[in-house]
Amino acid sequence: MPVDIDIAKVAKLARLELSAEELERYGAQLGDILEHAERVQALPTEGVPPTSHPLPMTNAFRSDEVTGSLDRDDVLAAAPDADGPYFRVPKILGEEVEGDNG
Amino acid sequence: MTDEARVDWEAVIGIETHVELQTASKMFCGCPVSFGAPPNTTVCPVCLGLPGALPVPNEAAIEGILRIGAAFGCELVSYSEFHRKNYFYPDLPKNYQISQYDLPLCVNGSVEIETDESSSTIGITRVHMEEDTGKSLHVGEGGRIADADHSLLDFNRSGVPLVEIVSEPDIRSAAEARAYGSEIQRIVRSLGVSDARLEEGSMRFDANISVRRRGDEEFGTRTEVKNVNSLRSLQGAIAFEIERQVRVLEGGGSVVQETRHWNEATGVTASMRSKEESEDYRYFQEPDLVPLEVDDAWRERIVASLPELPSARRSRYRALGLDMINAGLLVDDAALGSLFDDAVAAGADPAATANRLTGEVVAYTRREGVGVSETALTADHLVELGTMVTEGDLSATAAKDVLAGVLAGEGMPRAVAEQRDLLQISDLGVIEAAVESVLAEHAEAVERMQGGDMKPVGFLVGQVMRATGGKADPKAVSELIRSRASSET
Repeated sequence: MPVDIDIAKVAKLARLELSAEELERYGAQLGDILEHAERVQALPTEGVPPTSHPLPMTNAFRSDEVTGSLDRDDVLAAAPDADGPYFRVPKILGEEVEGDNG
Repeated sequence: MTDEARVDWEAVIGIETHVELQTASKMFCGCPVSFGAPPNTTVCPVCLGLPGALPVPNEAAIEGILRIGAAFGCELVSYSEFHRKNYFYPDLPKNYQISQYDLPLCVNGSVEIETDESSSTIGITRVHMEEDTGKSLHVGEGGRIADADHSLLDFNRSGVPLVEIVSEPDIRSAAEARAYGSEIQRIVRSLGVSDARLEEGSMRFDANISVRRRGDEEFGTRTEVKNVNSLRSLQGAIAFEIERQVRVLEGGGSVVQETRHWNEATGVTASMRSKEESEDYRYFQEPDLVPLEVDDAWRERIVASLPELPSARRSRYRALGLDMINAGLLVDDAALGSLFDDAVAAGADPAATANRLTGEVVAYTRREGVGVSETALTADHLVELGTMVTEGDLSATAAKDVLAGVLAGEGMPRAVAEQRDLLQISDLGVIEAAVESVLAEHAEAVERMQGGDMKPVGFLVGQVMRATGGKADPKAVSELIRSRASSET
């Protein structure tokens, strides 16, 4: 059974620029995965507790201890761009504050 | 600006509060949590989102959020999970934030708030655990995102344990919102899990606001206001937004569901248009983290670890006869409150002790820029000072000087009083002699009193006080003068 999926929206949310051909190909692949999930969902699971993790354990904690950080020069050297003690990134798009219109 | 812009409109407000926990290390890695460290010095592969790094939750942070939840009377759920909240922003290096979605650790609590006009119960929908993001600095004209040429990033804050407290839409005015924010701050501080400082960002508010015709059941369209950095601006931003929405609706328009940015300098909110489509965070269970289970034993241990909460302390102080202001000051300053508690437990009079603490002591600490625990003042000092006043060894005025001496580290009150020569004359004979000599010098005044005109009493008391260097008990002097006047009639 075909699963309805807006592959263009999924690609946009993941910041992937896909060609028409890719959209079709990945859309079909993702559809297969979802169909598989649908088949699993159709199984009788009454009385089976939900599993969110394959490991049979809970509460894997660490104690609140400082174990140290990386050297800043090393960290910034691995970045595409830096400015003094900071990482430098291009102008942030997609958000702006408009003037008051109240 | 008024809280309820018009009598026929009602505001419906819900508040999301973010609190950074002051643990030693971050939420999922061993980098230190430190405010004001040089940029990018408390970072590691986990909080920088480097490939292959795996998060491990900090047990102290989980304890911290459970204590916050318990303080609101929340149910601490037996089963909880972390989720990934996916979105793209440069201050989020993994492109997702580890947060909680449908299985938060704490649900269904409440908090009691009081304003000058009302007291009410505000529901707490949920309290969940997440991690803070890095900080971005927009470089370019005016520092605004829209004008920025590029941005600079500091990831020291990335991965700091962050607790989000979500209220029910139970708040009905800007004043209530402020009372709510301030009570949350007090509670968090009383637990010792965070300093909850708005100006430093360790506590932050987002408010969801809508208005509806009074009596309507349905909610109006809401806006979300961000960038609120003080309790005063929380109140101001909400009051502004209520007014704005009412004006829009009364003008026949409709409120647009959007995020608005509070501008502290101009006192208005402005639309923050997002070019993105409606937010879709594509939450899914965090595969790198196993579920959380809170059993009865842990739950009981958390509840037992709670200190006396601010509301309980406030009621206790009110029951001791303190007024709202003094009770509030003692609740807000934990060190001051515990000094008060110790002094009262050791026998000091509650009202007089509270007045000294919230009066001279607070004035002194503010002037000196220190906390009360950094002064020399102890509960024993307060007890002895109180006893000296009630037993007539010190006048009210002299008591203030003695307290100043004690605060300055000059020793126990009696020693300070002796050193500063402030002890009241307790020998009645000495006072009588002084009264006698003053009366002898002012025969005319004595005559007037004998004629039934008691006006000169004040003047005569003043004369005796001057003659004794201010060390006579003015009440005793006044009684002596009055009795002399009537006895000679």
